[in-house]
Order: sequence, then C-alpha cells, then structure tokens
Amino acid sequence: MNDPALSRREWLAAASASAVAALVKTRADAIDALGRQVLAPTDPALGHVVTVLGTRAPGEQPRRLLGPLELSSQSYSPLHLLDGIITPADLHYERHHGGVPSIGAADYALLIHGMVERPTVFTLGDLKRFPAVSRLNFLECSGNGKLGFDQHAAPQLTPQQIDGLFSTSEWTGVPLATLLREVGVRSGASWLLAEGGDSAHMDRSIPMEKALDDALIAYAQNGEAVRPEQGYPARLFLPGWEGNTSVKWIRRIEVTDRPTMTREETSKYTDPLNDGTARQFSFVMDAKSIITFPAYPWVLPERGWWEVRGLAWTGRGRITGVDVSTDGGRHWDAAELQEPVLPKCAVRFRHLWNWDGGDAVIMSRAVDETGYVQPTFRELAAARGTRTFYHTNNVRAWRVATGGAVTFEPGALA
Amino acid sequence: MSRRARRAAMAVAVLGALATACARGDAARAPAGAPPRFAFGSPADSVLITRLDHDARPDGHGLPPGQGSAAQGAAIYTARCAACHGRSGSEGPAPALVGGDAWGNDGPPAVQTIGNYWPYATTLYDYIGRAMPQNAPGSLTPNETYAVIAWLLARNGIVASDAVLDSAKLVAIRMPARDRFVRDDRTGGPEVR
Repeated sequence: MNDPALSRREWLAAASASAVAALVKTRADAIDALGRQVLAPTDPALGHVVTVLGTRAPGEQPRRLLGPLELSSQSYSPLHLLDGIITPADLHYERHHGGVPSIGAADYALLIHGMVERPTVFTLGDLKRFPAVSRLNFLECSGNGKLGFDQHAAPQLTPQQIDGLFSTSEWTGVPLATLLREVGVRSGASWLLAEGGDSAHMDRSIPMEKALDDALIAYAQNGEAVRPEQGYPARLFLPGWEGNTSVKWIRRIEVTDRPTMTREETSKYTDPLNDGTARQFSFVMDAKSIITFPAYPWVLPERGWWEVRGLAWTGRGRITGVDVSTDGGRHWDAAELQEPVLPKCAVRFRHLWNWDGGDAVIMSRAVDETGYVQPTFRELAAARGTRTFYHTNNVRAWRVATGGAVTFEPGALA
Repeated sequence: MSRRARRAAMAVAVLGALATACARGDAARAPAGAPPRFAFGSPADSVLITRLDHDARPDGHGLPPGQGSAAQGAAIYTARCAACHGRSGSEGPAPALVGGDAWGNDGPPAVQTIGNYWPYATTLYDYIGRAMPQNAPGSLTPNETYAVIAWLLARNGIVASDAVLDSAKLVAIRMPARDRFVRDDRTGGPEVR
C-alpha cells in the first residue's frame, strides 16, 4: 500500500481485530484441544535474524523416553506428542545391542562376500553413486508393545511407553538388489548374513527373496544423513519387517545358502508359543494401531466434539481401514484415513467423537489388504499364549473417565 | 563363428541374463538405461575378508581351530563374565545363562536360558566370540571361547563337567530346545496366529 495512512474502513477493521484480541486476552483461562492453557496473543517483539540451524520452539520440546542407560537398551518415540506420520529423526526410537558406535564417513566400508562372483568393498561414496531410491516406511521393534499385551499393566502409561518403539521416516539409499547384481550372486545362494559395525557386531540372517524385493542400504533419513543412532553412515532397511533385521552400521553381508542361526534369531527374536513350539524367522510385522489422542496423560477439559487421532500400520502392505469404538468395543465406526496410504508405512487415522462427558472406553483396530484384522487380547492370547514376548499387536484401549482424565485400559477385550 | 551365429549367441546370452534377472525379481528395479554392472566399489581381497568374517554356523563353517575345557572355562567365566551374568550364571543382572524352568505343558519357560531355549551350540561361539564380554568384545581367544562354552554347557547339564570342546564336538551337540523351533507359520492372510 502506498498511502501509509489508514482509511476509515481499514481503521475500523484494525480496531475490531484489536477488540477481538482484547477479548481473547480477557479469556486467560481458555484451554486448547490438548488441555493446555491458552495465553492471549501478544504484540510481536522484534524477531531474530536467520540462523544456520533451526531449533524447536522453546515450549515444544518432545523427547524420547529412555530405557536403562546401558549399551544394550532402547528409547521410545513420543507418539502422543507428534502429528502426521513422519517422526523427526532426532525422535526416532532406538534399540541398540552394543551402544552407538562413532563411525566416520571416510572410515566406512561395506563388504559383500560369500557365494558371489566378485567379493566387493563399497565405500559410502560408492553406495551414493548408485541409482537411489526413497521410500516412506515405518520401522518397529518386534518387542514393541509388550505392555500393551500385559493385562496387569499400569493405567498410567502413555502411547510412548506402550508402542513408542515405532517410528516412520523417508529412507533413501541403494536397493540391495543393485549391489547383489554388482557382486554376482552364485546359484544356490538363498540367504544373507547381515552384520553391523557396532561393538556387538549384531548379525541377522536374511532370506535372499527379501534382499531382492525391497531391501535398501539406506544412507539418508528424512532428507539428511542417517543419524548415528540410526546406523550412520549406512544401515540395512527391510520395509515391514521387525526392526532388528534392519541391521545398523552395516559393515558386512555374506551371501550363503543357509541361515547362520545367530543369537538374535534363535534365543532372542523368536516367539515361544503355547503349543510347545518356538516360531523362528517371524519377520513380518502384523497390522496394528493405537490411538495417540486422547490418551494418557491428556485430560479432556470438557464434553463435546473431540477428534480421536491415532496411527495404524502393517508390514504386509497397505492399511485398508481403521475402525474406532468409543463404547468399549460394542460398536465400531470407520475412521478417516489421511492420504497418502502407503505400503509398509504409518497411516494417520482420525475420527470425530462427540463425548457426552461420561465414562467411556475408546479403542481402534486396523485392517490390512490381506484381510487381517488387528486382534483382540483374547484372540491373540488364544493363538499364541501369553508368554510370547514379540509381535504383540492386540487392540489398545483408553478409558476416558467422567471429568476427562484418560488412562490406559490394559487387557481390553480379554 | 559367423557374424549371424555370433549375433544369435549374443541374443541368447542377453535373454538368459534377462530371464535370470526377472526370476530374481530385480529387473524392474534397475533404472532405464542401467548397465548390467556399474562396477563401482573395489575388489575385496582375502585378507580383508578373513579379518571381518567371524561368524560361526551350525554346520561348523567359521568355527576356528582350538579347544578348551569346562574347568578352564570356570576360571575365565569368573574373571570375564561373572560381573554381569552372576557367579553361577543365573543371578544377572545380564540375562541368565544357566538354569531356567523346564518347557512343560503349561507353556514355554518364563526364564529362557542356554539350557532350555538355545537351539544350537554353535550360536554360543558365534555370539561370545564376537560380542562378549560386553566391555571388551572379541577379546577372548578361540581356546578361551571354547572353554567358556564348555563351562556354560556343563552348568546347564548338556555336557559333562570335565568336557573338552573343539569345533567338531560343538557341532555334534544336540541342544535340548533344538526341536522346538519352527519356521514362521503365519499364513499371511486373515488368520490370527
């Protein structure tokens, strides 16, 4: 505008905006959708200038939740503090078996050998020179959610504590199939051994079929270099499979004709069942969902319209639907799925709920393209028994009490 | 070979390569115009491979020469392992290695140990030799590793208390939980398993 003077109409508009602001200011007890007190907007002070690295707003400081401060430990993503499906890289869950190694880009190399024509060492530069692929995929520890399968779990548990060993990123790297074509896989080869460069040299056997399907050697996450705790300089990434198989800091791949039977795939990441067997190489993560709002520790301040929000995913392909119940599982409604719905990727679901202010149990169940429906506690316990530890994907529920306090409802539909 | 015959031979070779690529399912992944090989990377020599290749398999592949006795293993265990796994192998705080309840009709053992859950004895070498002790991974010699394994297996009642183990004896051990393990039998459809 050339004329700095305000027209009468503009002045009136500005005055009316101020009046609205003043009204908001007088409502110092207003609260937002997440139950936090809303402060009135203030006149802006002079801002700061550009910076080489952005930071979060001081009042927005989500954090991972730490397991034991030991070399073999884990940290949990704050699912209840995140929107959409992407996990900021610095909040991606961790699970380490020998701590986070410090590996420089210049020191990194990936050896591929065994049943191949040309045993080869690839530098990070070599890996980046190959045609690249980017994919949005979730990663989930197969031990994620053991509290969700515990009928005696405490009600004061957050989504982060129950299912926080779950995160979603855009992963960029070179397809493992490309590297295997380079080295020339010999006939008869059917497995790989993938080994990490951590102090545990954690290793897992991977079927050749998966390696040639959608396996990546990933060096970037959400547009930047993979974080050290996610496997810098490069990691194996196996979409839809239990996180342990996506070996971080990958330094060696041996092509074989049989599994190596490592510790992690025999004594650890296996599923002892009630029928007397232990299920081995149970790679694929079944369909699962969890409501992240409202959930503990949120408190609904008043009755009325609230949007139930959550995450759903399946390692078998695409989520085709998520049902939400707000009456303890008697009635189910189809939730809205946020596009895009991608295979082996988190999906954000939403469902409008007019809460009447009374005691209510809310829950969600995911359905995937194979027709698999996220099981109830009773169904999963009947199929596997209750001493299995991994792959616990039963329906998670929250109790919204009169007054608005939300708590975890363990053993729902047991 | 005539020019025509050479062409025909080349066509067969190209078709064969394509068929192989298709059979492996990776043909679609190669970008348009990609060569059969980029030839990025460097040849890996046997020195490098030997330095990095330390896994051990149930068929004995990768198990080094050497041997150790359970008696020798007791002393090594006390010095190198007991601080985390406990004096007798079951006190922790690190995972219990010895004992655990039997795998009865009322479900799998609540505490899973080498004795009641590990299906292959060679896995002990694969893991201990490379990843243990946690504060100095890979520092046990092959003889020390065999000795510690002998002690752990003796404590679990799987070998005699005066056992001496080497690669052949380790491969021959039939672990109690061996027949429990089955490949993933989920069906990939609607069934909850």
